[in-house]
Amino acid sequence: MNLDPINIGNTIFNTSNQESHYMNPTDRKKYWRTNLKYLGLLLLVWFLVSYGFGILWVDELNSIRLGGFKLGFWFAQQGAIYVFVILIFVYVRLMNKLDKKYKLDD
Amino acid sequence: MDIQSWTFLIVGLTFALYIGIAIWSRAGSTKEFYVAGGGVSPLANGLATAADWMSAASFLGMAGIIAFSGYDGSVYLMGWTGGYVLLALLLAPYLRKFGKFTVPDFIGDRYYSNLARTVAVIAALFVSFTYVAGQMRGVGVVFSRFLDVEVNTGVYIGMAVVLFYAFLGGMKGITYTQVAQYCVLIFAFMVPAIFISLMATGNPIPQLGFGSSGEDGVYLLDKLDGLMTDLGFTAYTDGSKSTMDIFMITAALMLGTAGLPHVIIRFFTVPKVKDARKSAGYALLFIAILYTTAPAIAVFARTNLMETVQDTPYEDIPPWFKKWEDTDLIAWSDKNGDGKIQYAPGSAIDGKKPVFTENRGTYGQRLIANASVSPNELYVDRDITVLANPEIAGLPNWIIALVAAGGLAAALSTAAGLLLVISTSISHDLIKKQFAPEISEKTELLIARFSAFLAVIVAGYFGINPPGFVASVVALAFGLAASSFFPAIVMGIFSKRMNREGAITGMIAGLAITCYYIARFKLGWLGSPETSGADNWWFGISPEGFGTIGMLVNFGVALLVSQFTAKPPEAVQEIVENIRIPSGVGAASEH
Repeated sequence: MNLDPINIGNTIFNTSNQESHYMNPTDRKKYWRTNLKYLGLLLLVWFLVSYGFGILWVDELNSIRLGGFKLGFWFAQQGAIYVFVILIFVYVRLMNKLDKKYKLDD
Repeated sequence: MDIQSWTFLIVGLTFALYIGIAIWSRAGSTKEFYVAGGGVSPLANGLATAADWMSAASFLGMAGIIAFSGYDGSVYLMGWTGGYVLLALLLAPYLRKFGKFTVPDFIGDRYYSNLARTVAVIAALFVSFTYVAGQMRGVGVVFSRFLDVEVNTGVYIGMAVVLFYAFLGGMKGITYTQVAQYCVLIFAFMVPAIFISLMATGNPIPQLGFGSSGEDGVYLLDKLDGLMTDLGFTAYTDGSKSTMDIFMITAALMLGTAGLPHVIIRFFTVPKVKDARKSAGYALLFIAILYTTAPAIAVFARTNLMETVQDTPYEDIPPWFKKWEDTDLIAWSDKNGDGKIQYAPGSAIDGKKPVFTENRGTYGQRLIANASVSPNELYVDRDITVLANPEIAGLPNWIIALVAAGGLAAALSTAAGLLLVISTSISHDLIKKQFAPEISEKTELLIARFSAFLAVIVAGYFGINPPGFVASVVALAFGLAASSFFPAIVMGIFSKRMNREGAITGMIAGLAITCYYIARFKLGWLGSPETSGADNWWFGISPEGFGTIGMLVNFGVALLVSQFTAKPPEAVQEIVENIRIPSGVGAASEH
């Protein structure tokens, strides 16, 4: 099997197009940092509601009731899924705003 | 009209619809064939992804699995939805910006190596073939249950339909049929669920219904916990798997979901990066409708079963019990000779399925040859949870027929998505990118169609002669996707330093250790049977959850090796810079 670099230069991005979306390196960095910050926060919530509330602390939470549900059980079979959906739409909103700020929404 | 005629009518109508859509959305170019021309709206892509994702197992099997495993079933609910958060945040937008047709495309270009591309193609083919075999079998089973035809005949009919629209329309045809299939399957799933929730609790929303109380004022879940602990089962809301195992299985399913090629490829079909994010949100929303309803159905079904059968004389049992007994899905052996049904923990039979004799017992029950010594007298196939629901609730015949159409829609849509990945892997990743780069687009399209044809034949073969490992499909497909694709793609986007050597050794290490573990503890191909039991699992992790460890090994090896080898070339670092910026995607996909 051949391990040599394969031709990638001309297949992906054509340069004239890149110029029209030119971003200076500081802005690039800032944009990426903000994105990573959003990712960190949202994934923290993602971890908390599923692995945290639904698995690791399920027994503790089960002593709290939410109507007919034990809270830990509810997170594992319902709550975590609702939060997942909300998380994605929050990310969509945040990123659409961020893209607008850096004029990356074409 | 009887159930049979209704089923023929509704299944016939839905099939005509799928074929009509296929003719309307024929593909004329490779771009249309591979990624539907890149012009699918985020909403349509969300619907198609949901149908693609929810297989016969989700539709027919999941509620049953949860009904019979209680809290432990949460691993599937969280695992098969949480992966979409990873997809939307870590993978889909960047892969869309990258703007190629396949996952091996990304791996091959980002790691500037045909070896990496080949490893990715092999993993993609392996994952998709294991998965698709189960789907074709699912089509056959639905046909045999509802239309009284042979399982194999059912597989042939399924093959013909999938072939028709995958061959003609490629991704374009598949996308729009999947939109229709989502509508069919969700309607078929929700209608009985709403009726049953109403009957059990007076609340039409199943998600709320299973947390409310019945006529006696006792909360349904408390009642079920009580019924179960009285008979010696673990409480429904407690579960019996270890916390460690629950954690690992959930993680493996999430990471696997995010790494499955037939899911990722769907996000190549939308016009822009922001559409990729949005359509992941829609996809999860549409999936969540079914996934939050399934645990409600599970509770209704389990409660109903326990209340109906426990200590009930066989002669007084409702007719659905006997009907499903006639189709081998329920079996009862009167071990203590009192003529009543006793349901208890432990398997009522030796082996996996009941072996029926020709004879009937004192009360007219079918006798079985492999009753176990356990005091449990009742065998129930988990699949009847969804199949028998409409009958148990006394719903009209057309709804029962609808469930058949829904099950078929779920199986066909997933099979088609997988077949497309297989045909693309062959025509694009192997032939166009490796063996014959000079072929014209027209030839490539022809090869793509031909590989789709070939893939259907192979999938059909496996559907008719299921290999032994089909039962382990979940562990295999998800474990392999989690331990190979997920880390390689994430590092390709989030680390500019990750290089060819690191990615390849990482993927191979992750795949190897996961394959080893599954072969050792799930399939029993390696090592002696005495040491393959749950006691010997590493850290108490079941084979289903081992993909998580494979993923960690992949990350660890890749990071280590990349530290001691050369940086990726400038041009590749430029790719990484570029996929992080969402604009300019239109031009990027023209090539």
